[in-house]
Amino acid sequence: MTDTIITSTPKTGASKGSASMSDQSKSRRSLWRAAVVLIIAACCYEAAARSGYFAPALMPKLSLVAQTFVAMLLDGTMIEHSVFTLYRVMFGFLLAVLVGLPIGILMARFAAVEGFFLPLVSALMPIPSFALVPLFMLWFGIGNLTTILIVFYAATFPMMFNTWSGVRSVNPLWLRAAGAMGADENALFWKVIIPGASPFIITGLRQAFLRAWIAVVGAEMIAASDWGLGWVIFDAKEFLNTDVMLAALVVIGGIGFVFEKMVFGSLEKATIQRWGMSRVAKG
Amino acid sequence: MQDAATTISAREAPGHSPGRAASRLRSIWRNIFPFIVVGVLWEIVAVSGIFPARLFPTIETVAGTFFALTANGILPHHAIETLIRLLSGFALAGVFGVTIGILMGRSRLAEDIFLPLVSICAPIPGLAYTPLFLLWFGLGSFSSILLVGFVSAFPIIFNSWTGVKAVKEIWVRSAHSMGADDRRMFTHVILPGALPYILTGLRLGLAQAWRVLVAVEMLAAVPWGLGWLIFGARKFLNTDAMLAGIVVIALIGLLLEKLVFQKIENYTVVRWGMVAA
Repeated sequence: MTDTIITSTPKTGASKGSASMSDQSKSRRSLWRAAVVLIIAACCYEAAARSGYFAPALMPKLSLVAQTFVAMLLDGTMIEHSVFTLYRVMFGFLLAVLVGLPIGILMARFAAVEGFFLPLVSALMPIPSFALVPLFMLWFGIGNLTTILIVFYAATFPMMFNTWSGVRSVNPLWLRAAGAMGADENALFWKVIIPGASPFIITGLRQAFLRAWIAVVGAEMIAASDWGLGWVIFDAKEFLNTDVMLAALVVIGGIGFVFEKMVFGSLEKATIQRWGMSRVAKG
Repeated sequence: MQDAATTISAREAPGHSPGRAASRLRSIWRNIFPFIVVGVLWEIVAVSGIFPARLFPTIETVAGTFFALTANGILPHHAIETLIRLLSGFALAGVFGVTIGILMGRSRLAEDIFLPLVSICAPIPGLAYTPLFLLWFGLGSFSSILLVGFVSAFPIIFNSWTGVKAVKEIWVRSAHSMGADDRRMFTHVILPGALPYILTGLRLGLAQAWRVLVAVEMLAAVPWGLGWLIFGARKFLNTDAMLAGIVVIALIGLLLEKLVFQKIENYTVVRWGMVAA
């Protein structure tokens, strides 16, 4: 039920810089500044790490983190951890889409379905998925099944909610127009309702994946089972391998970034933005 | 083919029917009915003995535990500790998030400084930071509050930033030409203009804080807290206590959403006509 405006980056904004500068040189300057800021941040971290004020086990040097990262990539452990995590997140996400999408559509199309599911969904939605991890561990044991189910739980609701509001918000005028032009149920559904709801559905996919990605890391930490990026971070804590933790953190951030910006971002650009349908969805 | 259109228009209708009380009763019944169905299904599975009763307790057992734990003050104690952590973490995030976000929206320099840092830290799921925070700041309340604040600051920063940038240029210019100074411009134009976004950010931040907090309490070994209650109960197979804890978590989450944020939104942005109710 929270509106999502996070991802909508302002394009036309208050331009406070000198007005004479062209947009391009301004964005180049921003890029330059971003690089400088990151370098300064890295230097600060490095200085703190080398100062010896903090224990080196807790604050490893960047070179050490990089070394660990490369070593783990080369001997394949990091890749195996990522593959396990990706398998769990994809499996749970697909399940969530398979369940959330039809239920969302049915909820919007039939008042009876909506009347039945809406109270349940609004009661279940505020339960954070992590609260269920200990329960699921008792029920399903430690391992893939529990993690996948937690991911499924986390991702279903945004999917369902966005689909529901998408189908509901299809312009009634289009429906009537299509009906007047003699579209039957089937054509109406595939040619009008689904395309009309697709901006919301895509937003739902994106939010669902984001939730799934967060859930998988947490579930792996608690319901651990030898492989997985969440597990490796938590396991490294026990042995004070801060370098391993930071390396895994980089991988988690990287994969999340790739999916969020490249996969869903470009999906959105190719569809919603090109159709000029960008809207704020609820979810 | 008509029914999608009719369901949409039918949705606006209820409430105008003649028997107010009767229709209210019916709507209460309609809201409760799904829970009764699920409850009966649960009860059937629990009583049938497919799963061991320890793992799948009946609803009476859960309700009994719930009341027992509430009566002897254990459940309220857990809940209050959790709420204190939630509010302190969220207050941290609110103060820093809104400040940084507005700064980023107003000044190009601040934007260039903060944006790279924020966009690198934001995509990492909050929980992934937990072990790091535990190592750096120790086990317990302090690091969980800090982590909750850190994680929930990101949606607040992003939304405040977007909000300030989305203030219509024409409002700014007309306020200027009417002789508003910087301070009036900020309090009378920028802040109200950005408020819908800032509120959305706060709402998202609170939801995120709530989700992270429950998990962090499981990991950070805090002595009291709902997350810890659930996690601790697992060790002793107290499934009924776990379910009671989950019920409390759901209730608090629902109350936060319905009572706090929808109220705030109704009082401010909806009343000013900036978003549809």
